[in-house]
Amino acid sequence: MTTLDAPVPLDTRHSDDNYLTHTRGLLSWILTLDHKRIGVMYLFSVLTSFFVGGVFALAIRTKLLFPGEVSWMTADMYNHLFTLHGAVMVFLVIIPSVPAALGNFVLPIMLGAKDVAFPRLNLFSYWLWLGGALCVVISLLAGSFDTGWTFYTPYSVTTTFGGVIPVLTGVFILGFSSIFTGMNFIVTIHKLRPPGMTWFRMPLFLWAIYATALIQVLATPVLAITLSLLIVERIFHIGIFDPQNGGDPVLFQHFFWFYSHPAVYIMILPGMGIISEIIAVHSHRHIFGYRFIAFSSIAIAIFSFLVWGHHMFTSGQSGLMNVVFSAITFSVAIPSAIKVFNWLGTLYKGSISLNTPMLYGLAFLFLFTIGGLTGLHLGTLNTDIHLHDTYFVVAHFHYVMMGSALIAMIGGLHHWWPKMFGVMYSEFWGRIACTLVFVGFNVTFFTQFMLGSQGMPRRYYSYDHFPEMAETYKIYHHISTGGSYIMAIGFLITAAYLLHSLFRGKPAPANPWGGRSLEWQCPSPPPHDNFAVTPRVGDCYDFSAVRWDDEANGYIVDRSLDPELNPNAPKRTGH
Amino acid sequence: MTAIDSKSPGHDHAGAHTAGHAPAHGQYPFLAHHFETPAQQFDSAKLGMWLFLVTEVLFFGALFAMYAIMRYREPEVFSFASHYLSTNMGAVNTGVLILSSLTMAMGVHFAQRGKKGPLVTCLILTLLGAVGFLVIKFFEYDHKIRANLVWGPGFYEPVKDANGNIIGAPSAHADAAQPPAAVASAMPAVRIDPLIGKALPGEASVVRPSARGPAGIAPAAAVDATAAMQADGHVADGHGAEGEHGAGGHDADKAHVFDPNLPKMTHRFFAIYYCMTGLHGIHVVIGMFLIGWLTIRAMRGEFTSNYYTPVDLVGLYWHIVDLIWIFLFPLFYLIH
Amino acid sequence: MSTHTPSHSPGHASGGHATGAHPHGDHPLVGHLVPLWILFATGTVLIILTVVTVAAHAIDLGEFNIVIALAIAVVKATLVGMFFMHLRWDRPFNQLVFVGSVIFVVLLMWFCMMDTKQYQQELVVGNPKLSQAVLDTQAPTAPIAAEAPRYR
Repeated sequence: MTTLDAPVPLDTRHSDDNYLTHTRGLLSWILTLDHKRIGVMYLFSVLTSFFVGGVFALAIRTKLLFPGEVSWMTADMYNHLFTLHGAVMVFLVIIPSVPAALGNFVLPIMLGAKDVAFPRLNLFSYWLWLGGALCVVISLLAGSFDTGWTFYTPYSVTTTFGGVIPVLTGVFILGFSSIFTGMNFIVTIHKLRPPGMTWFRMPLFLWAIYATALIQVLATPVLAITLSLLIVERIFHIGIFDPQNGGDPVLFQHFFWFYSHPAVYIMILPGMGIISEIIAVHSHRHIFGYRFIAFSSIAIAIFSFLVWGHHMFTSGQSGLMNVVFSAITFSVAIPSAIKVFNWLGTLYKGSISLNTPMLYGLAFLFLFTIGGLTGLHLGTLNTDIHLHDTYFVVAHFHYVMMGSALIAMIGGLHHWWPKMFGVMYSEFWGRIACTLVFVGFNVTFFTQFMLGSQGMPRRYYSYDHFPEMAETYKIYHHISTGGSYIMAIGFLITAAYLLHSLFRGKPAPANPWGGRSLEWQCPSPPPHDNFAVTPRVGDCYDFSAVRWDDEANGYIVDRSLDPELNPNAPKRTGH
Repeated sequence: MTAIDSKSPGHDHAGAHTAGHAPAHGQYPFLAHHFETPAQQFDSAKLGMWLFLVTEVLFFGALFAMYAIMRYREPEVFSFASHYLSTNMGAVNTGVLILSSLTMAMGVHFAQRGKKGPLVTCLILTLLGAVGFLVIKFFEYDHKIRANLVWGPGFYEPVKDANGNIIGAPSAHADAAQPPAAVASAMPAVRIDPLIGKALPGEASVVRPSARGPAGIAPAAAVDATAAMQADGHVADGHGAEGEHGAGGHDADKAHVFDPNLPKMTHRFFAIYYCMTGLHGIHVVIGMFLIGWLTIRAMRGEFTSNYYTPVDLVGLYWHIVDLIWIFLFPLFYLIH
Repeated sequence: MSTHTPSHSPGHASGGHATGAHPHGDHPLVGHLVPLWILFATGTVLIILTVVTVAAHAIDLGEFNIVIALAIAVVKATLVGMFFMHLRWDRPFNQLVFVGSVIFVVLLMWFCMMDTKQYQQELVVGNPKLSQAVLDTQAPTAPIAAEAPRYR
């Protein structure tokens, strides 16, 4: 690679003309084909859903302060709430959060492209998301549903609450939204890379998004057909999943988890991509083991299709398959651990800036390690029999889905917030909120590991019918609920300072953190067509040429410091 | 928002471009602003379409997996029930779909050469093939639904004629020795749980003649079939295989619940049959809309040898519809 | 609208027919033109194979009937894919995408079948004695599953 960055492509176009101000009016937003605007619309929709799902969670936790019945929440309401919490958080929040919201915004800019490959399809998938969300609202009006977010048969066929079919329709539609996003990203990464950006010069976030998109395209159709069949089963009693008519409920679980286990990686892989960016940029050090991280993303994507049965160890799945799935499940630990070690290797001797995104990055490392390692307990057949359907499982998947995927998403949000809106948020409040979220999260969910290992079943409305254990459970539940309140305060503070920054925030420089990938080389916020000049690409993790510039009040890429370009450049190790 | 960005400035990597690519946007009005060459746009569209076809394959793939499992679990159901499907109609439909696939491929060929007239002809022929397929499919469905060859518990309802009389005796073989009403009254009013064999009290929905002794009906067909079965160890074709679409065949179909060989859970065959062919039919209908849209655009002369991407992509979609039917046909109609 | 000087993007590898840019004459700017005779030949073979598969159905070969029927279907599908869908001349990655999707379907089928083989006996046959007893009391005329012939 001989040609690298043009001499600091400082874009001189005035930031008054950016994608936010390029055109005006509501229609210019809802009919936009600009990937950045679609990303922003996704972001606000997802965060709104996150707020709603969070309120459900707080209601559930508050109920669990009381061991017995309470007058203000019936058992049915409780069932509806945890079901809605799960469905909203999984289908409306986590799955679209990183790929559709942040990915849409960042991916084409990272590639130096003007847009994703199919802008109309991109907008269409946002509308589909809205349609899916609308279906969830309709299902609430139609009587809600209490099947759990997994819709297991035969209960989902027989339950009398009227919201089941609307929500299944909604998830079906959301699935297609996800598929179209994935298709778009695969094609964009294949066909719209700029000159010089070979596969192994792509930022690792793109590798992660690519692996995610593969799963989205391959797995989601199976969910779509499964849920369609469930709708048909519920209406026509065709006898495919319902044992009453000769159907096979275990088959439903096979089909459901054929999607939904890979979906776990749809949630976590993009988060891992964000962490690769955050860790490298904020340690100002070349990412350690680039190829290993890149290939481990693909490996995780492939392994994710081979382990779905570990959700079904106690469902009547046959012994042989239990053993097979358990064995393959352990192998997923290998690529995951490769990533963690490489991130640690990147941190080692880096010059770490403890900015808010980095704090979230470090929180991710901690939480993901716990989440991943407890996954091994559940992948082991005999311990799983004991821990299945207890709070241990709840704690495990919250560590992975919330503690890892969502924390990474919020870290990415802080990382790219200056780029998205051209403003800096309050670093002080950012660190406070991150600490609160981290502490609150651990208090909430680490307690649940203990709760679960002592036998508290998940999804229970009351626990006063375990006479010996009720008092113990009560103490744990109180701690857990307290933690959830701390976390809620942390998130509310986050919402407050982010909103504040939109109106009062200091203008952000093009490159506030010292990143080298392409999105940091266009103005903040980016102009309508991203780049005035299609940029040339270097090694996006080589930070030796990145230096602080007082005039720009941010970092710039200085050619004279790049040893690849200037043999006299000072040799630096570490960063 | 504009798809073609008039503000877009020129690119300047002098020396970076390779020879052989034509100047882009000015020459090709169809080229979207974020692509640099028609080849890049075409390749992107084509890869996108292939990825969409992947989702279609997985979408049907789950149904095929379900089929495999059901057939593994209940092979006798599939041997038995497939004889209610008309192989001839299925074969004709396969031919119709293959021919329409051929005309679609020819349409792409002519679009690539910029031949408007032949393109429109091919598209219309393809559309006619789709209509023909659906018409044949409609007759198949209609016939089955009239004979209660349906999904779910309705499968075990006694079939009634227009006057509300139960059609019991398979008149193709039996000479109506017993009045249908008597048949009905002789049947126990129970509903059998198909999985565990438990009989549930309730409305009469399962009406099965005993295989162990006469229970009011022992029509000739049943005896014939049983004898034939014992003779060669297989379900005989006595209850109407390929040729059942004669006048007598219909009645034989209608009497399916009286068939002494009726295996448990036969309704599940028809459930999966309607699911798979129905979903395929929906895809045919969507394809018709797409081909109709193409025909209109082709008539307006919008496709040239430079720009024919929509024809190519819809063509791919139409071929995958054909491809899925190629598997559905033997799996449903050609079970021995 | 300014005239662009396009660059060669590494995103689409050169070579193959898809990038051949000859926008004049009878040839498309992009893509591969399949001669009509190949299309007709493919169509003819497909129809012949359909006749063959129906004919094979008439012969009782036991388990081999489905093997033959599916083998013919695979051949037909391959023909459609290669010639009608131009996969024969398409980019290797597109071929990989399509073949890969089939592999994932097989994966789903294979694992589900492995599981079904393991547990289907107790699930499907159930408890014949109990079933018999229930049927004898409540539905004396009905046959039960344990007696139903299984053809395999």
